[in-house]
Amino acid sequence: MCLAIPAKVKSINGTEAEVEVGGVSRKASIMLTPEAKVGDYVLLHTGYAINVVDEEEAQETLKIFQEIAEAEERESPS
Amino acid sequence: MKFINEFRDAELGKSLIARIRQRSTKPARLMEFCGSHTVSIAKSGLRQLLPPNITMLSGPGCPVCVTANADLDKAIALAELPDVIITTFGDMMKVPASRSSLQRVKAEGRDIRIVYSTLDAIEIARSNPKRPVIFIGVGFETTAPTVAASVLQAQQQGINNYYVLSLHKLCPPVVKALLDSVEVKIDGLICPGHVSAIIGSRPYEFIPRDYGIACVISGFEPLDILQCVDMLVAQVESGQPKVEIAYRRGVKPEGNRIALELMDKVFEVCDGNWRGIGVVPGSGLRLRKEYRRYDAEKNFGIKPGRPLEPKGCICGDVLRAVKTPLDCKLFRKVCNPEHPIGPCMVSSEGTCAAYFQYGEGYGR
Ligand code: SF4
Repeated sequence: MCLAIPAKVKSINGTEAEVEVGGVSRKASIMLTPEAKVGDYVLLHTGYAINVVDEEEAQETLKIFQEIAEAEERESPS
Repeated sequence: MKFINEFRDAELGKSLIARIRQRSTKPARLMEFCGSHTVSIAKSGLRQLLPPNITMLSGPGCPVCVTANADLDKAIALAELPDVIITTFGDMMKVPASRSSLQRVKAEGRDIRIVYSTLDAIEIARSNPKRPVIFIGVGFETTAPTVAASVLQAQQQGINNYYVLSLHKLCPPVVKALLDSVEVKIDGLICPGHVSAIIGSRPYEFIPRDYGIACVISGFEPLDILQCVDMLVAQVESGQPKVEIAYRRGVKPEGNRIALELMDKVFEVCDGNWRGIGVVPGSGLRLRKEYRRYDAEKNFGIKPGRPLEPKGCICGDVLRAVKTPLDCKLFRKVCNPEHPIGPCMVSSEGTCAAYFQYGEGYGR
């Protein structure tokens, strides 16, 4: 029930935003994330954005995965 | 980047698993606290891919499942009041309380409406000004700020027929209660990602410090969980437990300050009643005195009667991770998602439902 999904902010009007999830537009409250900007991804939970997704951190994490994959490949070439 | 498929890459998953297999030598019992993790782990079949020295356990992180019957009975009693409109998340409908369920009272003609958000509940209250509209507030720290926000919205917009039954629960105190009970022995905790998006990483610091247990905050995609397991294994192997955040794109160490402030403005900490665990001090939230006019329990005199437990259901033991659904005589035979006996089979995030849906290999 603590599920939250990444949703892209399309437009903002005060504390209300229009966001897109899997191609579908929805209304969301950004009362808890006033820093959200158009184009950001937010974590949407029961109609509220609970955080702005940090894209840099996401890239960083994916880079770690790549490095692990490369290291594994070096160690066990198949 | 859409932050979903990137974290489901099968090739990267394989290399993470290979690394875990290489690094993991000591026995490690890892518990996922959160029901959403339970489902994600079950769905992706990760359990079977991990080395045999790693045991995965499911914790009490399904808010629907841990709501005690005594509290569910309050929701039913409120639903039976004349003129009331009950608003609730869909997961709560089928949960059997002592004598009925919200679904059953709805079938008997009461006005019970499933909402996706408290925003919808507020809207219903606005368009039905003559009728009390009660929201059944179930959920952890992820959900409580959104319910707090709805109370403030009702206040700002002068909506005086909106009420909340606050059955919210807090995660760190129940982890402490579980660890103090010493029934369950774990080496690492997969900390809930979206609870942590709100509370940050600091509230978990007592866990490595006082109990020597590794803690990593995890996201919900398969790669997120593998990364978390890898980090937990590294901590267990080195014998140096600490709190780390694997889910860095969603969680900051300080959490979401605005959400925490809102929650603290509207709610105060009280004792929480957990199914199977009992009353845990400081693990619940109730509306502060200033918001009493929105408190369903305080404004309607209800007498829910003595709570009864479903016969033969061992949800309580399952929630404490001391038994698995396979130990339950009713599992599959009498109890299934069509005809659930206990809440762990009703909720899509319940451990019994996950075992049912994704097969028993899940429960190694
Ligand atoms: S299988 Fe059904 S009866 Fe058994 S513990 Fe789970 S919910 Fe309860």
